[in-house]
Amino acid sequence: MSEGHSTYTPKTGVGRWFDARLPLPRLVYDSFIAYPVPRNLNYAWTFGGILSIMLVAQILTGIVLAMHYTSDTNLAFNSVEKIMRDVNDGWMLRYLHSNGASFFFIAVYVHIFRGLYYGSYKAPRELLWILGCIIYLLMMATGFMGYVLPWGQMSFWGATVITGFFTAIPLVGDWIQQLLLGGFAVDNPTLNRFFALHYLLPFMIAGVVVLHIWALHVVGQSNPTGIEVKSKTDTVAFTPYATIKDALGMIVFLLFFAYFVFYMPNYLGHPDNYTIANPLKTPAHIVPEWYFLPFYAILRAITFNIGPINSKLGGVLAMFGAIAMLFIVPWLDTSKVRSAVYRPWYKLFFWLFAANCIMLGWLGSRPAEGSYVVMAQLCTLFYFAFFLIVLPVLGLIETPRRLPNSITEAVLEKNKGGSGHPAGATASPETKG
Amino acid sequence: MSETDTHDPNRRDFLYIATGMAGAVGAAAVAWPFIDQMQPDASTLALASIEVDVSSLTPGMSLTAKWRGKPVFIRNRTPEEIKAAQDVKLEDLKDPLARNANLASDATATDADRSGGEGKENWLVMVGVCTHLGCIPLGQQGEYGGWFCPCHGSVYDTAGRIRGGPAPENMAVPVFSFISDTKIRVG
Amino acid sequence: MKKILTLLAAAGVVFAGAAAFAQEEGGHSEANPTHFPIHEPKQSNWSFAGPFGTYDKAQLQRGLKVYKEVCSACHSMNLVAFRTLEDLGYSEAQIKALAAEYTVQDGPNDAGDMFERPGIPSDHFPAPFPNEAAAAASNGGAAPPDMSLLAKARGVERGFPQFIFDIFTQYAEGGPDYIHSLLTGFDEKPPEGMKIPEGTHYNPYFVSGVSLKMAKPLSDGQVTYDDGAPATVEQYSQDVSAFLMWAAEPHLEDRKKTGFRVIIFLLLFSVLMYFTKRKVWANVAH
Repeated sequence: MSEGHSTYTPKTGVGRWFDARLPLPRLVYDSFIAYPVPRNLNYAWTFGGILSIMLVAQILTGIVLAMHYTSDTNLAFNSVEKIMRDVNDGWMLRYLHSNGASFFFIAVYVHIFRGLYYGSYKAPRELLWILGCIIYLLMMATGFMGYVLPWGQMSFWGATVITGFFTAIPLVGDWIQQLLLGGFAVDNPTLNRFFALHYLLPFMIAGVVVLHIWALHVVGQSNPTGIEVKSKTDTVAFTPYATIKDALGMIVFLLFFAYFVFYMPNYLGHPDNYTIANPLKTPAHIVPEWYFLPFYAILRAITFNIGPINSKLGGVLAMFGAIAMLFIVPWLDTSKVRSAVYRPWYKLFFWLFAANCIMLGWLGSRPAEGSYVVMAQLCTLFYFAFFLIVLPVLGLIETPRRLPNSITEAVLEKNKGGSGHPAGATASPETKG
Repeated sequence: MSETDTHDPNRRDFLYIATGMAGAVGAAAVAWPFIDQMQPDASTLALASIEVDVSSLTPGMSLTAKWRGKPVFIRNRTPEEIKAAQDVKLEDLKDPLARNANLASDATATDADRSGGEGKENWLVMVGVCTHLGCIPLGQQGEYGGWFCPCHGSVYDTAGRIRGGPAPENMAVPVFSFISDTKIRVG
Repeated sequence: MKKILTLLAAAGVVFAGAAAFAQEEGGHSEANPTHFPIHEPKQSNWSFAGPFGTYDKAQLQRGLKVYKEVCSACHSMNLVAFRTLEDLGYSEAQIKALAAEYTVQDGPNDAGDMFERPGIPSDHFPAPFPNEAAAAASNGGAAPPDMSLLAKARGVERGFPQFIFDIFTQYAEGGPDYIHSLLTGFDEKPPEGMKIPEGTHYNPYFVSGVSLKMAKPLSDGQVTYDDGAPATVEQYSQDVSAFLMWAAEPHLEDRKKTGFRVIIFLLLFSVLMYFTKRKVWANVAH
């Protein structure tokens, strides 16, 4: 697609007939077979493929679970237990779906951090990055609403707390909350609409994924060196090279996934969600699903008023601000060099940032008291400082390491180290694109 | 088109604008039912007010009634609790407003304006929902002997006023009235 | 890779420090504890733990007996049907007989009345109280929780760094460990000066306070076992905890067996895929 010309030539008469009327095979051929990918992509680049199969897996398990699930507050909890006990293989489908959500998020976090590390968001890939952020937002909404469906204690109180965010908005907050809940508290109308939306949103995600892949195929993939593709020797064909590598990545990922599904399916969940929701009894300690914990920590870190903004609105703004940071990353980073491989200081700060996110996640699971609050505040400060100070300033003052002239050169340089790879195609004389 | 751009508004422009407006109004009118259906429905609104019999509550006892899907704490406070609440100076309060739906929105959070008022100051009626993120605080706990929210540690005093923790406001007092000495109508 | 490991190690040190710091600050005094449970749950050797775990049918049968003769006086088990007791090794006739011991409300009949009849295998265990309010009223204000999912609905947070090790040890028995610890923890004496609210019973393993409404439910010799297992509180509590794990997760054996096949398949597949990938990429430096 990026080249603007296609190398697809139908071999049969039927193929030519079809191609003249609906060039779908041509689209598939150009996008997934002949499509050139940088030859130096590492396994971090397999997570895009992993995410697509996770999306498909979630939609498939979700559809069959919906055939047995009842979205009524009196029946929802027991209908899930019916799936777990009576439906043939229901326990497996349900554990696949609930753990699938977690592994979907694991994969998306690796994918996002890969983008941050290698500077994949930089021009001309800003829209590609933003579409990814939109997918992430939709995933969070889907994950949140899905967690409400089993109608356990954490479902109910998580929904209460999260819809409570909206009451922080001045003037219209209460109205928005009632609009979301369909009542004055989380109840049957809420469960019903969450089920409807939980079924809808994955298809919207799939739609944005199509745009994401479209944008990717227009600008081409980034790569660990961050240098644009310059000649044909820099790339290999998507099939078989990327296909087989992606497939290996997927299978190894599924191996971890299966380990959790079959041996510790409740490890990533919360015991309280095996108690049916009780609107008159708050659990001692409400925690969201693990993938929201860093943002939850940021929400709770704002315990003080900031000028006219009270602590509650401040917390909500900080939390949404933390997500908004991702959207503007392409314009915050001032560095001319993409990849952290050639940016020693950025590399350091990147790993500090990653550790800080894990720390925030852990703090989000702790009760908001004593020193945990102070630590969460410090981590929140660093989170925002990374985006608003480190990214813009570092790009201006950092001296990057020498960049290779091309991907091919970088590959050759790396292999000179004596790893004993057969040089093969690259042994041919320096090619000029 | 470029010709009309430079001209003063004329009859043709008006026609375009009017047609466009009609389309927008039509689209908005179609969109409204789709938004409106999400608001609380008639059966939910029907439960908007309840009557509670409080004859069995002796001082120091509370009950929790369910109103609009939320718990309402009705407490017959002990003289000590009333005294403790009255002795608090207004400037010590995190939220100085009464948050009492029966009073003006700028009423101050004195104990009289939080409770049932003259002669009924032993009665405290409030929505038992933490003003932070909507959990239900536990009664007669915490530093001030009032309420304590287990979710994020907000502390309320014996008049349900926020004294510590992340919650920004005093617990809300709903519209209520005494139908008789032993019956309270909430909502 | 080395960098990631170093980073993880560094993060670990920070976590540990932070956790220790926070713990110290908690003001944890013996008579006035602020964090619950006071004691971590005791860990037992469960037959169903680990990748090849299976239920011990004799133990589940004993556990059922304890549930029937002791727990079921107050605790319902609404989600468990008699027919599923087949998993415990009972024959169809035995299950029919067992179900018939209970009376179940059915109806309405042709005259429009509700009537009572003996239970049949497709019925669920009848609840001891008609509703939660009645259960609470008969038990001093606290309704005894339904037991169907108790072994998955209870668990004490493992904390850092234990929760990381748990991934590798496949520790998933927090529920039965908790129940077992609680049942055997009633004999411990509260520390000097601790205030125990009236009508409640001290138990250092209780997850949300110093004491709970339930009194010590089991005592030695209370239930007579047919298979010669010791009639002790320790044994009763082990058995009923195992039984509750089965009640909460009846397909556990099936799950672990399927898991083994899936993992083996994926391992083989990934090895094949790895060599195929090497072959495909053999002539391309990357």
